Amino acid sequence: MYKIKLIPDNTAIPFLKFRMMAFIVSGVLILGSIGVFLTAGFNKGIDFEGGILIEIGTETAPDLGDMRSSLGGLGLGQVALQTFGRDTDILIRVQRQEGDASAQEEAVSVIKQQLASDYGDKISYRRVEFVGPTVSEELVIAATEAVLVAVLAMLVYIWLRFEWHYSIGAVVALVHDVILTIGMFAITRIEFNLASVAAILTIVGYSINDTVVVYDRIRENFRRYKKLSVAELINLSINETLTRTTMTSVTTLLALVALYIFGGEVIRGFATAMIFGVVVGTYSSIFVAAPVLLHIGLTHQKEEEDGFAGAEKADGDADEKN
Amino acid sequence: MNRFPTWKIIVVAIVCAFGVIYTLPNFVSKTVLSGLPDWMPTKQVNLGLDLQGGSHLLLQVDAGAVKTKMMDSLVDGVRDSLRQQGDNVGYRDLGHNGEVVSFTLRDPADEDKARERLSDLSNIMANGQRDVVIASDDGRVTLTPSEAAIIARLSAAVDQSIEIVRRRVDETGVNEPTIQRQGTDRILVQLPGVDDPDRIKRLLGETAQLTFHLVDLTADVGAAGRVPPGSKRLPAIEENGRTYIIKSRVMVSGENLEDAQATFQQGQPVVSIRFDGLGAKQFGRATTENVGKPFAIVLDNKVVSAPRINEPILGGSAVISGGFNVEGAQDLALLLRAGALPAPLDILEERSVGPDLGADSIAAGEIAGIIGIIAVAVFMIASYGLFGIFANVALAMNIFLIMAVLSVLGATLTLPGIAGIVLTIGMAVDANVLIFERIREEIRVGKSPLNAVEAGFARAFTTIIDANVTTGIAATILFVMGSGPVKGFAVTLLIGIISSMFTAIMLSRMLISFWMQRKRPKTLEI
Repeated sequence: MYKIKLIPDNTAIPFLKFRMMAFIVSGVLILGSIGVFLTAGFNKGIDFEGGILIEIGTETAPDLGDMRSSLGGLGLGQVALQTFGRDTDILIRVQRQEGDASAQEEAVSVIKQQLASDYGDKISYRRVEFVGPTVSEELVIAATEAVLVAVLAMLVYIWLRFEWHYSIGAVVALVHDVILTIGMFAITRIEFNLASVAAILTIVGYSINDTVVVYDRIRENFRRYKKLSVAELINLSINETLTRTTMTSVTTLLALVALYIFGGEVIRGFATAMIFGVVVGTYSSIFVAAPVLLHIGLTHQKEEEDGFAGAEKADGDADEKN
Repeated sequence: MNRFPTWKIIVVAIVCAFGVIYTLPNFVSKTVLSGLPDWMPTKQVNLGLDLQGGSHLLLQVDAGAVKTKMMDSLVDGVRDSLRQQGDNVGYRDLGHNGEVVSFTLRDPADEDKARERLSDLSNIMANGQRDVVIASDDGRVTLTPSEAAIIARLSAAVDQSIEIVRRRVDETGVNEPTIQRQGTDRILVQLPGVDDPDRIKRLLGETAQLTFHLVDLTADVGAAGRVPPGSKRLPAIEENGRTYIIKSRVMVSGENLEDAQATFQQGQPVVSIRFDGLGAKQFGRATTENVGKPFAIVLDNKVVSAPRINEPILGGSAVISGGFNVEGAQDLALLLRAGALPAPLDILEERSVGPDLGADSIAAGEIAGIIGIIAVAVFMIASYGLFGIFANVALAMNIFLIMAVLSVLGATLTLPGIAGIVLTIGMAVDANVLIFERIREEIRVGKSPLNAVEAGFARAFTTIIDANVTTGIAATILFVMGSGPVKGFAVTLLIGIISSMFTAIMLSRMLISFWMQRKRPKTLEI
């Protein structure tokens, strides 16, 4: 039976040779991401910006121009309209109203009244959301905290399970992935909302998962091949785990692409971010997380001093094999 | 390969049976489920408001108003303590600035006497501190509520508000509302099936404090007229610019109501109220003493009406008329039945989803899930052949387990939650991929099929644990720190991580072990 093999057996790509190129590419992308984020910022959804979001369904596709001028004339500030998935679904966004939460609430009823007088009962409300200023500020803080705590928790876990070199390497890769994802949101103008934070945290989880698998192999190979240089070891480990890395990325991407195409408009931004994150996370485990180890002084001695009990079993197996 | 231990077979069988049995109710309609006997599993996955349609409101108790009310009542307490029949302690400038109640004694020599009188207002709390700190300096007396006392009062106000909100929402007939405290001063209200919460928002927007006062006839109602001490000026509830001057003292308050119903009087909608025993007595005495004078019915500091007392009302029943329409009368009756809020509530956040969007989201999520599963399954078979099929059985069981756990826990499935499941589909096979790749490696170095499989599982194990714990950490943090829909995503992701480890390590290993025992393959096609 024929089987797909993404990576042929005994592949030996000299990944570490490309590491300087990879560092430059990553460096440029990181600087670019930070630059775009600082200049353009996010296209913040109401979760973080406060304001009003209304999704209406109509019987026939309405004239957006008419609707825009009708709602724009209500004195509520910026009103943005867009079709959402199909012509008869319109998303209405209104900027945050001055004043407290009740100002948002009043604006919602003003819009509803205007829509009722323009379209009568030909419209249905699919979604009405408003978020007041205090809540949106708190959500920003909570989201930032969540991402920082997650990165910190991973750092500690890897430190405990491996040793500090690995935890630095993993965090470098994580920060790399998070910054690039932030840059992606800033460039694509995909709405940044609570689901986006969930996406970033999932990317963090996915990326570290990938990195840990490579690290696990590096640690194992340190015990198995005492004579190889550190660079050779790292390179060997990347190659040995390459099939798994790509296989898992492909299956995850298959599921995400299904979500992107069929999951509906609300979830599309999330799926996009995740697809990007999986690609970046895969790249970073190979080209960032592993090579970085070489530059922060991981050596044979280091590895033996900080011997790890859980790996002894694998060690024994290896001896039997060699 | 050693025989797969019997106890493990039993564990796997029980877990898988659990997964399938507890998922099944989700494919059956609610009416069928209600007809089933008790011992059968009937719990379905709880759909979030974004999937079934409904309204989510985040309310905040007005802490400022709670504090002001607390200070006002402290001022009343001071007045009552100092003014006693035949033994007044003279004072002036009694009032509060929002933080401190203060007054000046007319005779500084009264200081000890005043402090003694006021001692009832200062009590020792559970933490050993006094709730109100009384200080005096040269005839100037201050009463300062402690921070802990204010927090306790606010907390009590939130508890009471939750109760009142619950009663009001229940009165509107919403099915299975969720009303819970969030943080120190917030209340989360979730109303499934309500996509236009305007009426409920209006009902929650009223504090509905009802009081009856005598009208102060000595004062000049004209706009410039001075309001005598002990009286206050209140506007009419109809916005006609009219004001009333009423005595501050409350004749009877809404707390003493037993029932309120919307009825008709001379073709007009009115609200009929009935007092409880104490209320009826107070109302009877007040009306007996003041026949011929008008009294004011005050709702949230607005005068609803000010009828004349024609005769003593002793039966404990009365009628509030004030130009209501039918709905207005019904809402007021509802509010009075449910009781008054201790402080106004602000709506900080609203998210309402109509039933169409929810149904669309479920349909889209199902399609994405099914297509995702098929794509991953085909890819796994194409990559690993028979072993891919083993992995797919594990994957399918994984989905059952996620659904079963969600059903049993009564966890809420949200749209991001569906995304979490679809994502899990992609990531769940990871453990099997790790194992299979290890087996391939072992075969390449020349191990026998049995040894290769054994070693593959053993060596992949630590990697699987490390990789999943890290993802699990991310999911846990999302669950703990996330809110609303994000929590739903974290729940499914977390359950998915645990169940995928189980299915990959235990279930697929069992299948492979059975297969190898039957076929005893000389070479391994993987």
